Amino acid sequence: MEITNKQENWTEIITPKKGLFDINFKEIWHYRDLIMLFVRRDFVSTYKQTILGPIWFFVQPLLTSLIFIIIFTRIAHLSTEGLPPLLFYLAGITLWNYFSDCFTKTSNVFVANANIFGKVYFPRLSNPLAIIISNLIKFAIQLLLLIIILLYYIFDGKIVFALNPILFLIPFLIFLMAILGLGLGIIFSSLTTKYRDLTFLLQFGIQLLMYATPVIYPLSSATGKLKTVLSLNPLTPIIELFRKIILGQEIVDFSGLAYCSIFTVITLFIGIIVFNQVEKSFMDTV
Amino acid sequence: MAEIAIKVENLYKQYKLGMVNTGTISHDLNRWWHKVRGKEDPYQKVTVTNDRTQKSTHDYVWALNDINFDVNVGEVLGIIGKNGAGKSTLLKILSKVTGPTKGNIKINGRIASLLEVGTGFHPELSGLENIYLNGAILGMTKKEISRKLDEIVSFSGVDKYIDTPVKRYSSGMYVRLAFAVAAHLEPEILIIDEVLAVGDAEFQKKCLGKMKDVAQQGRTVLFVSHNMVAVQQLCTKGLFLKNGGLAYFGDIDKTLPHYFDYDNASAKSDIANLEEKARSNGIAKIIKKAWIENLNNQRVSRVLMGEGFKICFEFEADFVMENALFGFALENLHGMRVTTINNMITSNTSVKEIKNGVAICEFTSPNLLAGEYFVTLGIVSDPNQWIDYVEHAFTIKVEPADIYKTGKLLESGHGVVFMKANVYIK
Repeated sequence: MEITNKQENWTEIITPKKGLFDINFKEIWHYRDLIMLFVRRDFVSTYKQTILGPIWFFVQPLLTSLIFIIIFTRIAHLSTEGLPPLLFYLAGITLWNYFSDCFTKTSNVFVANANIFGKVYFPRLSNPLAIIISNLIKFAIQLLLLIIILLYYIFDGKIVFALNPILFLIPFLIFLMAILGLGLGIIFSSLTTKYRDLTFLLQFGIQLLMYATPVIYPLSSATGKLKTVLSLNPLTPIIELFRKIILGQEIVDFSGLAYCSIFTVITLFIGIIVFNQVEKSFMDTV
Repeated sequence: MAEIAIKVENLYKQYKLGMVNTGTISHDLNRWWHKVRGKEDPYQKVTVTNDRTQKSTHDYVWALNDINFDVNVGEVLGIIGKNGAGKSTLLKILSKVTGPTKGNIKINGRIASLLEVGTGFHPELSGLENIYLNGAILGMTKKEISRKLDEIVSFSGVDKYIDTPVKRYSSGMYVRLAFAVAAHLEPEILIIDEVLAVGDAEFQKKCLGKMKDVAQQGRTVLFVSHNMVAVQQLCTKGLFLKNGGLAYFGDIDKTLPHYFDYDNASAKSDIANLEEKARSNGIAKIIKKAWIENLNNQRVSRVLMGEGFKICFEFEADFVMENALFGFALENLHGMRVTTINNMITSNTSVKEIKNGVAICEFTSPNLLAGEYFVTLGIVSDPNQWIDYVEHAFTIKVEPADIYKTGKLLESGHGVVFMKANVYIK
């Protein structure tokens, strides 16, 4: 009897199926060093053998903003709500890039890492988490650029900036953006293991999504039905709020933020469920 | 009763054959529709064994079929079987790379697997950075790696290049570094797949030694290899898989013969019919049958150690062979050639002209240790042409005998041959 009792004391039981929310957080915590090493690997390997190194992080949003200024402000005369176009575009692009990087890179996680995943086990979720974190570093650097340019405009007197408790909302917006990117990313990554078609959809889908999000125009420039449709995009309130807070504009609407938060939580839950189911068997289909 | 480290119960694994994406949606929908109605999965019904020699008409195949076994703590289990028998699938499920279709595995202790060394190495990162990365992927914490860093670096022998990106490493250095990291894992259960296939002889010896150490520290090891010498040396228990099913599970010394029997199943009868056997060389299948006789010309299926025997084969050609040589060779089960002999060597003559007959090789006092031996047969004729060559035509079983009349028997671990000898002090 004693022996049987003792033998029931297993460290782990491998079974065909897992429960819907059966995530082993303890295990992910145990692998936290791995997550940080993945972050380091992504960060270091990206700019090995480049001369400018992390300076490239500055170049990309700056150049994009300049192009946007030329096309959308000089040629198309789109409104920037009276704000300096450079700041307007840079704020939008910086946050949008973070989302799009999180989304596209996570959505590729199973296919890109198939050779590692096929050889060793570690919590698969550590890979998407590492992507979110390493892009956060990149985002932080780009945010620094935004702040520098913002300071320039403040000292120049073109923008009136007031320290406002609402600034504390910014980390939450970034967090929402990260989670939304993660959630959508892992849903797509789980589905692409079987149906590669989604990769193609995603490639241009993400570009189209940018135009459906107020990155290069303010939401206020849309009216009627178009505005309703744009408001359904959960990214709209995040980008709008972020820009308004940073550029010291008045904030009118918080309902959008509530909508976006609920949307994000649901997306993350669905993502985790799907990811969990696929995690075990994806090696046979990828 | 010893403590169980791994308990595998009714394990099944199913794979889909052919293209994965064809019909995936329709199968998924069909599966879902059956599930909704509370019926069994329509694609899990048929039990198709994984015999690759026959083309399957089914879309799904069972790579593992009802596997049950227990491994006790401290045992070294060798998993053997031909390619495609399900060894790697079993290891993949054990190391959680992929999940089983049915059944379960219960594990007691931390598991680490070395399905391939160097997994997750990033070419742009330095050796040192890769040690950390690879160690973490294998389940070590940063602290553990730092503690063993010096040991890992000196074991790998690449101290000088530790700050160089691994893309500049030679493949040998790469493998050394990778194995060094893996060898310093300290899990309770270690899974190893064919790591010994890489590196030079010196490094292989080092690896084998390291694995012996691991086993002697009382940790549980699961080892997959085609190298039967390594399996026999390292393992205490054996698991023999055949077409996805469990063919034998027991002590390694008892498991290996089952594997070899199966490997050579066609050559087990007293007279081996060789007309259908595949040839690796030669121009005509003229060697028809082969058998063993004792020195009294009686056909036997096994011989006693030290006792003389004859290998005979019948040949029949529809052309005349000139200056024919009849060759015989013995190999042990590890593939090591024990001896080679032909009529030119024994009598310095060849047969001038011949079409058919029986070739006989008489070993008057063979020194073979007990065990099984492959017999390879061949005929060469002028101008130096292989007429027929049957590799591993059949096996001879040599039974143990009390050669030295002391009651002490020699075992296969004692070497390849025995020699009449005296040991004394002067």
